[in-house]
Amino acid sequence: MTAELVGGLEPPDYASHDRAAREQYDPVFTGDVKRELDELLTRYPTKMAALLPALWIVQRVRGWVSDQGMAEVAGQLDLTPAYVKGVVTFYTMYHQHPVGKYFIQVCTTSPCGICGAEDVVKAFLRHTNTGELGITSPEGRFTVIEVECLGACGFATPVMINEEFIESVTPDKVPDLLARLT
Amino acid sequence: MGFPHQSHSRETTVLSKYFGDADARTLAGWKKRGGYKALEKALDMQPADIVNVVKESGLRGRGGAGFPTGLKWSFMKPGDGKPHYLCCNADESEPGTFKDRELMRWTPHALVEGCAIAAYAIGAETAYIYIRGEFTEPLYWMEKAVKEAYDARIIGKNAMGSGKRIDVYVHKGAGAYICGEETALMESLEGRRGNPRIKPPFPAVSGVFGMPTTINNVETLIAAAPILLNGADWYKKMSLSNPKSTGTKLYSVCGNIQRPGTYEVVMGFPFKEFLYDLCGGPLHGRKFKAVIPGGASVPIQNMEEAEATLMDYEGFVAQGSMLGSGGVIVIDDAQPMVTVIARIARFFAHESCAQCTQCREGTAWTTKILERIRDGEGTMEDLDTLLDIAEQMTGKTICVLSDSCAVPVVSGIKKFRGEFEALIQGRRFHPVTAAVA
Ligand SMILES: Cc1cc2nc3c(=O)[nH]c(=O)nc-3n(C[C@H](O)[C@H](O)[C@H](O)COP(=O)(O)O)c2cc1C
Ligand code: SF4
Ligand code: FES
Repeated sequence: MTAELVGGLEPPDYASHDRAAREQYDPVFTGDVKRELDELLTRYPTKMAALLPALWIVQRVRGWVSDQGMAEVAGQLDLTPAYVKGVVTFYTMYHQHPVGKYFIQVCTTSPCGICGAEDVVKAFLRHTNTGELGITSPEGRFTVIEVECLGACGFATPVMINEEFIESVTPDKVPDLLARLT
Repeated sequence: MGFPHQSHSRETTVLSKYFGDADARTLAGWKKRGGYKALEKALDMQPADIVNVVKESGLRGRGGAGFPTGLKWSFMKPGDGKPHYLCCNADESEPGTFKDRELMRWTPHALVEGCAIAAYAIGAETAYIYIRGEFTEPLYWMEKAVKEAYDARIIGKNAMGSGKRIDVYVHKGAGAYICGEETALMESLEGRRGNPRIKPPFPAVSGVFGMPTTINNVETLIAAAPILLNGADWYKKMSLSNPKSTGTKLYSVCGNIQRPGTYEVVMGFPFKEFLYDLCGGPLHGRKFKAVIPGGASVPIQNMEEAEATLMDYEGFVAQGSMLGSGGVIVIDDAQPMVTVIARIARFFAHESCAQCTQCREGTAWTTKILERIRDGEGTMEDLDTLLDIAEQMTGKTICVLSDSCAVPVVSGIKKFRGEFEALIQGRRFHPVTAAVA
């Protein structure tokens, strides 16, 4: 597939896809993780309802949700891989490509926008050497993206770095924030 | 309270009393503060009596639409032989809104208690709390609180020894504003794409998993407990304006203002005093220009309207807007309105689920045209085109996201037309350059 075929909006990292496809796939849902899924299934009257939680588990364990990951989830929940892919692509938080070790999301929706969020984005792009939104820095450390309202508008500008939620970020705080990351 | 600031003497803190108090997050701390007394009382009452107290109190939905909560609960018919479900809408993604986040991270047990009370009242054995995926901290505290409540047998197969089963589960969303729309939330909970459903059937007839379902906002459910403890009259009296709007309301305040944060005042509180006294007024050297008082989906108010508003469901409507979610976005004279509105339109274009043509195309074109006006490349005809598209986007789609995108455009052009025209005629917006302290 070429980039044009998928619209080329965010350039996917095909090299890693190929690598992933060639590698033998280790299932996620074994041992404790399988038990975790079994417990989740008791919460809902249908297996399908465990789909979002199951995908979260895959992302937690692997860092992203690959095609093989989707196929495995499909098998666990009696769904087709195509169905699972349809759901994954609806939601913004599942990574369909590997991302930087630190995935940085900066809110730029109007309430943060009028408090200077654009400058925070610029500071991250500069100090991570990514230069551009959605691009992973050469050593694979950082990916910076803009995100819509994070539900913390009174603490402009909120930033998420992986699972960590940081409030009231200003451009001058960015170098220190990044220096903290190992 | 004006979290993260000190509580203001003019606030009435019922739901926000323990914001910032870490001890209130734990089960022991919550019980010390009178927690789970309301649930204990509820489990001793008949479900129909609980519904009546809530009806009597005048409580209305705090998620945006203001639907009477007791009435909504009364649609759930007991003894129909079907499983009933409660969904708690904790998807809070409406730009400007962050009150549910504070409720969940400071008083998670209040939400467990509210869910248990509502579940019992509507005959549901299962409640799902659907929390947006980005809320990692609220998710952490809610999961912890749910676990503590299970371990203490407050919820579970024999809730507080009542013989009733009440299960409460936290369900994590995955990034989609539209999943805050009630039927999209149910689709998402079922493991589908979050596309809103055509109504009817309404959730009380066919909701999640096709079963009778009640869905309420976090703040609505949390308000039920003090109402049960203190009575409907106590709640009704908390109003400075009219009997249709009762109790206290949380407002999350953001944008260009001295003290952004979450405030709690009684219905009918004067908005002018709220903005200038409680929230500290404009930043130094600036003036307020406009307010979007109920999240990005409600009409923009100019200051004349805002300063004349009494803060309740009817009061905001009387002054050209809506109470909505209580997300107050304050915009000062340093902000070009067209930029603000264009960014709001971009938000809706990004979040449209794209099922309806008017919404998918309308949000995208609205954004495109607004951005070209913003960049000084618009024409006067663009304003008419925008209003025309807005009309096509209103009242014609499966859910009201489409309408919501049209709202700031129409109100913005109506109230701040001069700024649009100036950009079109090549006069750039010159923000005030006063220093900001
Ligand atoms: C596009 C859209 C997004 C919404 N987002 C939320 C939300 O994040 N939280 C919420 O409580 N209600 C939201 N609502 C309103 C819900 O559909 C529903 O009215 C509400 O959860 C009912 O609860 P209440 O009666 O307690 O207010 C949204 C509605 C629409 C149309
Ligand atoms: S109005 Fe928009 S968001 Fe709502 S159902 Fe239609 S396309 Fe989806
Ligand atoms: S607009 Fe940035 S958090 Fe809401």
